[in-house]
Amino acid sequence: MGYDPENPMADRITDIGPPHFEEFFPPVVKKNYGKWLYHEIIQPGVLMHKGESGDECYTVRVGAARLISIELIREICDVADKHCDGYVRWTTRNNVEFMVDSKAKVQPLLDDLKGRGNRFPVGGTGASVSNCVHTQGWIHCHTPATDASGVVKAVMDELFDYFVSHKLPAQVRVALACCLNMCGAVHASDIAILGVHRKPPMIDHDAISGLCELPLAISACPLGAVKPATVKNSAGEDIKSVKVNADRCMFCGNCYTMCPAMPLADPDGDGIAILVGGKVSNSRKAPMFSKLVIPFLPNTPPRWPEVVSAVKNILETYAKDARKYERVGEWAARIGWEKFFEKTGIPFTIKSVDDYRLAYDTWRTTTQFKFTSHIK
Amino acid sequence: MPKHDTPLLDELEKGPWPSFVTDLKRQAEKKPECFDILGQLELSFKDKITHWKHGGIVGVFGYGGGIVGRYSDVPDKFPGVAHFHTVRLNQPSSKFYSSAKLRDICDLWEKYGSGMTNMHGSTGDLVLLGTTTPNLEPLFYDLTHNLNQDLGGSGSNLRTPECCLGRARCEWGCYDTQDLCHTLTMHYQDEIHRPAFPYKFKFKFSGCPNDCVAAIARSDFAVIGTWRDDIRIDQAAVKGYISGEFIPNAGAHSGKDWGKFDIKKEVLDLCPTECMWMEGDTLKIDNSECTRCMHCINVMPRALRPGKQQGATICVGAKAPILDGAQFATMTIPFIEVKKNEDGEYAEVVEVIEKIWDWWMEVGKNRERVGETIMRIGLPTFLKVMEVTPLPQHVKEPRSNPYVFWQEDEVEGGFERDVKEFRKRNAQ
Repeated sequence: MGYDPENPMADRITDIGPPHFEEFFPPVVKKNYGKWLYHEIIQPGVLMHKGESGDECYTVRVGAARLISIELIREICDVADKHCDGYVRWTTRNNVEFMVDSKAKVQPLLDDLKGRGNRFPVGGTGASVSNCVHTQGWIHCHTPATDASGVVKAVMDELFDYFVSHKLPAQVRVALACCLNMCGAVHASDIAILGVHRKPPMIDHDAISGLCELPLAISACPLGAVKPATVKNSAGEDIKSVKVNADRCMFCGNCYTMCPAMPLADPDGDGIAILVGGKVSNSRKAPMFSKLVIPFLPNTPPRWPEVVSAVKNILETYAKDARKYERVGEWAARIGWEKFFEKTGIPFTIKSVDDYRLAYDTWRTTTQFKFTSHIK
Repeated sequence: MPKHDTPLLDELEKGPWPSFVTDLKRQAEKKPECFDILGQLELSFKDKITHWKHGGIVGVFGYGGGIVGRYSDVPDKFPGVAHFHTVRLNQPSSKFYSSAKLRDICDLWEKYGSGMTNMHGSTGDLVLLGTTTPNLEPLFYDLTHNLNQDLGGSGSNLRTPECCLGRARCEWGCYDTQDLCHTLTMHYQDEIHRPAFPYKFKFKFSGCPNDCVAAIARSDFAVIGTWRDDIRIDQAAVKGYISGEFIPNAGAHSGKDWGKFDIKKEVLDLCPTECMWMEGDTLKIDNSECTRCMHCINVMPRALRPGKQQGATICVGAKAPILDGAQFATMTIPFIEVKKNEDGEYAEVVEVIEKIWDWWMEVGKNRERVGETIMRIGLPTFLKVMEVTPLPQHVKEPRSNPYVFWQEDEVEGGFERDVKEFRKRNAQ
């Protein structure tokens, strides 16, 4: 018996949750659960975990787009069936991991993956650029200020050499969120690519009464820029609507989230900001937020050359200058942000000076600074 | 549905990174609606703007989340994506799969959807991208009856919890992240499926302070593994690193010649608390000064391991910048043993969670994350609500302003005074 539209609640099953994780463990994982001793990255993209039992688990990490088809998942299943007893996993950064229980099984797996075109690049371990996590963008979202999959593809093509090698001072996490909502939170990434709007919302007075609850639209604005107003719709009738004080708008888009009659996306207004120096790990320094260094780059599909070269420039300047183990943010903090701007050649603009809440935390309140080329 | 010309997207078939465009084209041979995905995306590349409408409330009976409505704003041109709803499946803890399970999911999605997925969504769900309203109930029926799978969260509810792979394949898992994640996911099915909160609430579970699921940056309730005794040292292995027998940082720097391993420069000097030193060729650690940052353990995994008295630190209130600015989670419970009771429940963790929820559901404003509520009302109040003794560990430094909100019962004689009595002694 399948679903019966006449009787939708018949035999209904709800709230069963996900299947138990143990069902999907390869035997070597199940056997050594909680009894791992140490690990080594034997080559970029290949990890070896040693168990107290002496067992070894070899993992081959493969970069993938986050947006993937069931055809590709089936191909991944074919690889897992052939080499890994039918088990596979995904990482939090959209990589696929194939695990085998002996070193002898690694090379045949690598050869198989290599024989499948560019679909399965092996890498993303150690001091590399790991896979770029990202959001939906134009492929599936209603609020984006840029695309996601397209920008990421262009960026990862350019940084590919850093994905498949271990030549950076530390791991570099690149992430993209296609609007300020940051459903893929990029506020703590080494290099964050962030879609931003720059035009205040338009107001669709003909649609607002049917689409929006005005008090919610008004209270959605963190700066009080949205106010109630009586206006004429296109039929010439007086209706209750809102007005926007453009001088106070910070282009966050929260009003549009609450009220579909206030769209703000725009081909010229929208683009990308670059933030730098965040990290999540507690290793050495406490977690750090990413900081805005390039306020705007235009949307230039299909390959966003300005964004790609900005990211590459930051990455390579860091790679050349930072000390071993230093994350991008640790490097910038050590040399000073004035030196960061000088070394990267990124023009410092007033847009990087905070004037929002908690702004004072970022202002310099000491006579200690470096005389860089910024001071004439 | 016909094929569309996609000259802009075709540019994204070039280059060494896997191409989602090539993948979509391959899928379109079996699922022609993928031609319309490509067609509409090409139009967005041309117009530099999205072509998806705002929202649309759809779902399955009895659930208030798990499905996100999505409609094209150019449905006449691209009828294959006119409705294109998202289905969020609750992933198994830490995203191990069997090929059999994945093939079942692929078959389900071939039958009811576009064939495109996100592996995975930012919160952790296995995301199925693009189906129509009439397909939702049949899909849900097959999902629960034949696949033993359920939907994840969306909206103002408990979002699908997520964990690192922890003890499954990592030597640093200080508690069983997967079991805690799975147990709480099962415990809170109602909260995941039926929105009753002021706004979204996320759980993330990391096994150690490296925090591979970004719990401290991305979750309202972050449980991060730690230990409170001494780092375990294998002195022979320390010598192995010094002599060059073992490659430092597990080989993470193998692509560049950084010179011979220098334990002073690479470990002792980078320790944030300077609590390590060498006595001859013996490594010493003053563990009472250690803040468990993981650096030394990361660099010498064969020589150093977290201590044996393991548990977790609970931090509360992380979020991305919308609206008041980004927040990391604030350290709230310094150490908790993450242990199951005889009923198979993590009762102590549940107690902490429900203290937060009881307060936040009462005082939180509409669309206010708990971190913002704590910011608005104050950490002192939150600590009182949590019945946590205030500790120096709760702050980076004491406050620098003197504006203490003294309570009346804390001040001798209370707040009530007689100004006439006052004036008898102190003339105007």
